[in-house]
Amino acid sequence: MTEITSSSAAVLAGLISSKEASSVEITTAFLDRLEKLNPKTNSYLYFNRENSLAQAKRADQQLAEGKTVSPLHGVPIAVKDNLTTTDAPTTAGSKILEGWVPQYDATVVRKLREASMPILGKTNLDEFAMGSSTEFSAYGPSKNPWDLTRIPGGSGGGSSSAIAGHLAPLAIGSDTGGSIRFPAAMTGSVGAKPTYGAVSRYGLIALASSLDQIGPVTNSVMDAALLQDVIGGHDPNDSTSLPNSLGSMVQSVKEADVKGLRVGVVKQLSSDGFQPGVKACFDDTIKKLAAAGAEIIEVDCPSFEYAVAAYYLILPAEASSNLAKFDSVRFGLRVTPDGNPTIENVMAATREQGFGPEVKRRIILGTYALSSGYYDAYYGSAQKVRTLIQQDLAKAFTQADVLLTPTAPTTAFKIGEKVNDPLAMYLNDIATIPANLAGIPGISVPNGLASEDGLPSGVQILAPAMQDGRMYRVASIVEKLYVDQWGASLIARVPDLEAL
Amino acid sequence: MAKEQLMSYEDAIERFEVVIGLEVHVELNTVSKMFCGCANNFGSEPNTNVCPTCLGLPGSLPAVNRKAVESSIAIGLALDCQIASNGRFARKNYFYPDLAKNFQTSQFDEPIAFEGEISIELETGEVFMVPIERAHMEEDAGKLTHVGGATGRIQGAEYSLVDYNRAGVPLVEIVTKPIYGALDKAPELAATYVRAIRDIVKSMNVSDAKMERGNVRCDANVSLREKGAEKLGTRTETKNVNSLKSIENTVRYEIQRQAFILAAGGKIIQETRHWHEDRGHTSAGRPKSDADDYRYFPEPDLVPVQPSKEWIEEIRLTLTEKPSIRRKRLQEAWGFADLEFRDVLNSDLLDEIEATVSAGASPQSARKWWTGELARLANLQEVAVQDLPITPEQVASIQKLIDSGDLTDRIARDVVAGVLAGEGEPAEVIESRGLKIVTDEGALIAAIDKALASQPDVMEKIRDGKLQAAGAVIGAVMQEMRGQADAARVRELILERAK
Amino acid sequence: MSEITPDLVRHLASLARILVTDQEVEQLAGELGIIVDSVATVTKAVSGDVAATSHPIPMANVYREDVILPSLSQLQALSSAPDSAEGRFKVNAILDED
Ligand SMILES: [Mg+2]
Ligand SMILES: [Zn+2]
Repeated sequence: MTEITSSSAAVLAGLISSKEASSVEITTAFLDRLEKLNPKTNSYLYFNRENSLAQAKRADQQLAEGKTVSPLHGVPIAVKDNLTTTDAPTTAGSKILEGWVPQYDATVVRKLREASMPILGKTNLDEFAMGSSTEFSAYGPSKNPWDLTRIPGGSGGGSSSAIAGHLAPLAIGSDTGGSIRFPAAMTGSVGAKPTYGAVSRYGLIALASSLDQIGPVTNSVMDAALLQDVIGGHDPNDSTSLPNSLGSMVQSVKEADVKGLRVGVVKQLSSDGFQPGVKACFDDTIKKLAAAGAEIIEVDCPSFEYAVAAYYLILPAEASSNLAKFDSVRFGLRVTPDGNPTIENVMAATREQGFGPEVKRRIILGTYALSSGYYDAYYGSAQKVRTLIQQDLAKAFTQADVLLTPTAPTTAFKIGEKVNDPLAMYLNDIATIPANLAGIPGISVPNGLASEDGLPSGVQILAPAMQDGRMYRVASIVEKLYVDQWGASLIARVPDLEAL
Repeated sequence: MAKEQLMSYEDAIERFEVVIGLEVHVELNTVSKMFCGCANNFGSEPNTNVCPTCLGLPGSLPAVNRKAVESSIAIGLALDCQIASNGRFARKNYFYPDLAKNFQTSQFDEPIAFEGEISIELETGEVFMVPIERAHMEEDAGKLTHVGGATGRIQGAEYSLVDYNRAGVPLVEIVTKPIYGALDKAPELAATYVRAIRDIVKSMNVSDAKMERGNVRCDANVSLREKGAEKLGTRTETKNVNSLKSIENTVRYEIQRQAFILAAGGKIIQETRHWHEDRGHTSAGRPKSDADDYRYFPEPDLVPVQPSKEWIEEIRLTLTEKPSIRRKRLQEAWGFADLEFRDVLNSDLLDEIEATVSAGASPQSARKWWTGELARLANLQEVAVQDLPITPEQVASIQKLIDSGDLTDRIARDVVAGVLAGEGEPAEVIESRGLKIVTDEGALIAAIDKALASQPDVMEKIRDGKLQAAGAVIGAVMQEMRGQADAARVRELILERAK
Repeated sequence: MSEITPDLVRHLASLARILVTDQEVEQLAGELGIIVDSVATVTKAVSGDVAATSHPIPMANVYREDVILPSLSQLQALSSAPDSAEGRFKVNAILDED
């Protein structure tokens, strides 16, 4: 069964369609493994064998009737626990939502069901996706399968550790400032944030509405492309979802060709502040691409300097408003203080006890950024920085087809190392944030192990808005350069979890 | 609560200049809500017109109702506003249990319509131009019921219940600029203005415009300043004043209350107040404070509203005649005296009478039916005249039978009663109740003979020239015919007989 | 240094309806002070004539038609409520009129 659980989704889909393995067999293999190993990684907050198998059975039934409803028909998947599911509690990693079973499915979840992809369970995250380590989950941190004393990245560390630990062949993440790409880099997996609006946000528990985007976390670029093709597309329930299809990502991967490719290296994100081993991996990627025939160009994005600051104003501002609905009236936790409390007291006590420290910090910061007298200086300026970043990118993309940066400044750090230092934590996303501010697609692909600690490093590929296909195409080129070198993908080298 | 002291209205007006400002919320009568597909329906079972979006469940998102935008633009145009080429929704953040998301999706610095005006004619014929600052789109909140305590009021309640059926119903909020110079007419102007807005949105059919249902609600701002002073005084905002009479009373009360305080050297507190119609006064609510920092910012879940010129012009073409112009036209066409016409307006029966006239009745007869017999019956049944189960067409058809001599006024009232009782169309009621005038002269003469037989002296008297003696016989005949005879004809027949 | 005083934190927490203890107020004032000092660099980045971007991908005029879609049943609507009565969500007494 290890063979099944270490296979890519594309391979599993092939086994299913050729009837070499059933969806039930494959789903069972993953359930067996995750039931045994999840206590080690804390990747999943919730799973239910019977429910997953019932879905797998339905997928097999359809196949028996000759119906294949999607290229990933029957392939199971893990879903980040900030997407609503009618058949599983949805907590967003918060105590305030403990036990809440939503009355509706997120659009992405509905699409997975329509694609006959059994859902294995709901994966861990920093509370309301605020964090880059999963240490802010109210349900304990997830662990990195490469080293269980280290973080698997965040906020989507449940999904990334599930992928790297082979507890799921595919996972859904959400990315507000890097929550798909950063964990992918930390775990040697692939994580893609599509163009803003390419995937419906309906049913995604909002963190920062103008930055949030759902995307795939996988073992390979092809798997990510397969999954984006399933979950992408216009949704009338999300007014910000793109009206037109971006085409087939799978097709783009198949067209991968390095000839004539102009690769931009962002001056502001290629030198200072990166761990030497991470920097070395990045330089190696650039060297490989040049050797393969790509043209390498340095591009200047001076406004990137302000990206993190702008991000930590916009995100808390929007989050402070998005999280106001957690008030103990219609769903979720209610804390009733002693005495004869008014609803005002009840709300304040519920939010005090229901939210963790990072969430409270950001809500209060966001409240400040929006409050009268400060709005223009903070929220207003931050929105202008977005414009500057878009202008920088527009210019850079006239010089280069794609931009490359290291995904993260370091490899996975130790659990507990940064948890009491918000600013240090915020800097993890320095390379991923610009894509969210500008709405462009970005993907992280593994590009080696850092020499000093032997932990995975990732390279980020950015493309212009709506050019998700180009992003996948170049990601696939980079991936192939490494698979050619290593003889397998990086994830094949992850330690045996059972032995850890 | 200690009773507040008031200055006499005359003294207050004498000494201070009144400045008022009005915010009117109009609930649109779209089929579905502003941001979701739930029914916009009054009177449903609680929490049955709700979905993840209007319940503010985590993960839900809004989607703008095109018709609501159209209606908002139409209202803007009717108020001679400019329509924004780029309008945006914003979030108004504050916590309140009837607000599902704890922010209201509204418009802030980019309203759909701005800079308009409307002319308001007072009872005296005086005309005021009321300047409109803006009309913007937003969503209504849910409905709270306060349980326990005295009278369902918020004060002293044990707990409250929330129904979100109304949450997300589209609203247009129309805000005036400060209105100066109304002097002693300020209370009347306030009420007349709100009535004008109500009439406009009703005639455009963008709102049901029933004030008793809260379809049109008014917040009244009042401030006073010493005559000749330049600086505006501190204002109070009295919330949710929901009848025309209450608006007039509220403004009048606030003038008197504020005048007393100012004259005594006191300061007006900027605060929200509440009007209690039953007790005839306003009471202090929350003072304006830091807590009113609504932290508006552009709604990131929605994209801008950028109506094209073509769209705006299309909507302009659908605009109906302005109510004030229509009123003038109808009064002239019908030839009603001012008093008669005011009666019609006050009872809100313009539509019904116009429809009855266009179905063929004369204006005077239509007016008499609606403001007379039908108003009386409605009053007895304690319903609005407009809600009686009889159509203008039915009223007109009954009137036509009177005009042709087939019904007397009295029988016609029976026909109306039958229609109201659900017995069908007037013709069916006449048929089933046998309500035709008896024109068969043989039957009439037989009845006359029968009556004369029991009152033999009548003939004598008539022949002696005492014609009024016929009255007793007519009465008997009408009784015999169960009222279904033309009394004039009966009288003729009796007189003929006496010759 | 930033202007994040304990009183400001208290005010912000009340706007955000979060109960805070005196100890938390002190701690938050310190943490937020550092963060605000850091993010305040945005004010240096922009001059007046830069437009604000609130949507990364410019779009406009997205509407739904005015038609009724299925609602939740009352039972579903109330299914996750901490408390309910008479088909409504039940909450403690409200102090202030809106
Ligand atoms: Mg309003
Ligand atoms: Zn709804």
